[in-house]
Amino acid sequence: MTEKIIIAGSGGQGIMLLGKVIVQAALLGGLNITWLPSYGAEVRGGAAYCMVIISSEEIFSPYVEKADTLIIMNQPSLLKFKQRLKHKGLLLINSSLLRTPPKEGLNKIYFPFTEEAIKLGNIRIANMLALGGYIQKKKVLSKALAFRAIEEIAPAGKKNLIKINKKAIEEGIRITR
Amino acid sequence: MKKIFSYPTSLNKLTTHYCAGCGHGIVHRLISEIVDELNIREKVIAIAPVGCAVIAYNYWNFDVCEAAHGRALAVATGIKRYRPDNIVFTYQGDGDLAAIGTSETIHAANRGENLTVVFINNAVYGMTGGQMAPTTLLGQKTATTPAGRDASLTGYPLKISELLAQLTAVKYIERVALDSPQGVLKTKSAIKQAFRNQVENIGFSLVEVLSPCPTYWQMSAKQSLDWIRDVMSREFPVGRIK
Amino acid sequence: MTGNEAIAEGAVQAGCVFYAGYPITPQNELTAYMAKRMAEVGRIFIQSESELAAINMVLGVSAAGGRVMTSSSSPGISLKQEGISYLAGCQLPCVIVNIMRGGPGLGNIAPSQSDYFQATKGGGHGDYHSIVLAPSSVQEAFDLMFSAFELADRYRNPVIILGDGMLGQMMEPIYCTRKKRTTQNAQRTTQKKWALTGCKARSPNIIRSLFLAEGKLEEINKILQKKYKKIQVQEQSWEGLFLEDAHTVFVAYGTMARIARGLMYGLRKKGMKVGLIRPISLWPFPLKAFCNLPGVRRYIVLEMSYGQMLEDVRLAVERKKSVEFFGRAGGGIPKEEEILKKFFKKKVEL
Repeated sequence: MTEKIIIAGSGGQGIMLLGKVIVQAALLGGLNITWLPSYGAEVRGGAAYCMVIISSEEIFSPYVEKADTLIIMNQPSLLKFKQRLKHKGLLLINSSLLRTPPKEGLNKIYFPFTEEAIKLGNIRIANMLALGGYIQKKKVLSKALAFRAIEEIAPAGKKNLIKINKKAIEEGIRITR
Repeated sequence: MKKIFSYPTSLNKLTTHYCAGCGHGIVHRLISEIVDELNIREKVIAIAPVGCAVIAYNYWNFDVCEAAHGRALAVATGIKRYRPDNIVFTYQGDGDLAAIGTSETIHAANRGENLTVVFINNAVYGMTGGQMAPTTLLGQKTATTPAGRDASLTGYPLKISELLAQLTAVKYIERVALDSPQGVLKTKSAIKQAFRNQVENIGFSLVEVLSPCPTYWQMSAKQSLDWIRDVMSREFPVGRIK
Repeated sequence: MTGNEAIAEGAVQAGCVFYAGYPITPQNELTAYMAKRMAEVGRIFIQSESELAAINMVLGVSAAGGRVMTSSSSPGISLKQEGISYLAGCQLPCVIVNIMRGGPGLGNIAPSQSDYFQATKGGGHGDYHSIVLAPSSVQEAFDLMFSAFELADRYRNPVIILGDGMLGQMMEPIYCTRKKRTTQNAQRTTQKKWALTGCKARSPNIIRSLFLAEGKLEEINKILQKKYKKIQVQEQSWEGLFLEDAHTVFVAYGTMARIARGLMYGLRKKGMKVGLIRPISLWPFPLKAFCNLPGVRRYIVLEMSYGQMLEDVRLAVERKKSVEFFGRAGGGIPKEEEILKKFFKKKVEL
């Protein structure tokens, strides 16, 4: 099994963190991983993406040319990466920040993660809602592993945020069911 | 009978390569005497510059590291931070310290590195043939200012010591002149103070020495000393700056 | 851990006592990691005012006997060349990390392998070589730091770790054994008789690269060349895969070797006899890897440059075999499909 994912959105949406939670969960599940961020002249509000590979086999290049899953958190990211999705790949879209649903992708899901995050009380957990959607649709990672990953990644001073992040994952799974 | 004068242990018994009337030999000896008097010869690490004094390690009888042109204070920073119990000093000319090494000089001073700097200002580049230095006086003829230094083309003599005195972390700056026996004695006591500051962990200390270069000033040794006293020290007044 | 962090942690564990660096993307995580870790272990970190200052601080610490490192990315490494030449001339050990980005000039911050010539052929003035090691995974980046400091001390020579932005930024899990190695390596730094420590109970030590007396510099150069010869004989390292039966061999290093490796396995699944030579030491270049491979018909060199290591491969095979090349630079990462299209007529689905 090899799963190549591109996660894209804007700086501040937790794009890098979402990628890190996915690889950490995969690692806990005994898989090989690579995580490659866009980097450098990025600013809050600018474009941000990361490329994630999780595999039961050896991973060669960490660079993702064709993705099995594309997680898109805003409009410009869709334009930038839609050609990178494999035929029959999963397209997971944050509809809150997209004017019109895309034509691309046979296997696409389209949910307002940002609006749902606001309902839960923290706009910054839209990324974890998307993770819930990914867990629900791809069945590569389990919810339990994602929870453990979040516990491990949370820095010492921010353990209070674990709960709301877990809740967001659960909500993400629920709304995409 | 009491012995009141002897050859410093820290100075090798060699004839220096310097021109007649040059100030380097005097300052080398003063440093050697100070190192002996403070009993720090076994702890001293010197940084030799690029310039006339590049082979100072031939004359000093203690550990010496060569540095690229202008980089002496970066090298000294590395050595002193790694070996804080050693006494580390740089010996630099005006081109080295105030032109190509300006950045290293200002930032080592601004970090407050606990270092001793002996800054030889003779208003020319000696080793390369008497070109204009940042400290060359207005009107002074050099290989690259054949008509005399012209402020409209090359600016003014750079007073790096006064600049450095602005920095909070700098603890001691004094300008002295080798223009007379009294001047030599004052030079020794200033450099000794700068070493003592390091021994006592006081911080960044620099002594600027106005030093004769008869060859590229095209003067006799005596004229050079008079010129320091009558002309050069008008532009670069001697005394405690900080 | 990211590649940048793994390099920094490797350095700390290998006994690096001093780090100086100046911010430049894509290696900033390395500097930031050192700022935190060096303070934790009670060692020295300086954010220098320039690359020039950083490399000369490195020279000072090395002269005083400490294990020392600096890091930068391509434009910053160009600035360090002055110091590297002096370090080589003074025979001082140190480790310099270059997380390469696109050039020439300010270029961009995308991954690149365009500094191969600069690293392996000298870079600064004078007839010298730095030892150059090229990791291709985060684990290897960590592990090679131990070899880097060992080689630097053994040969009293600068060692360059040549990575690229992708290696620096990417995250992979690594195994690192912490405590034991740290203490062992810290002890080793005390045994350098030539170091400047103050001339207590010995005659003065002098660290220098200026030799004006007639014939002296030539003599010194001969000593250096003898050392370089010894390094060339003893320190070539590489990874070879399927060289026993391969007709076609990819040659690639660093991140590019990962792409080549993926291609190689894909092609082998199709029954094609493909192998890989991945140089780990770029200088000395692993000439030995190319010896006794009678079955190989062609080498395909892949680089994120327009053909730099290519020249060393050509020298290694001495025109006896076909050497072909594909490369992109300036931030372009060669794609599997374009490599396949160029070199393999058959359409291969990987």
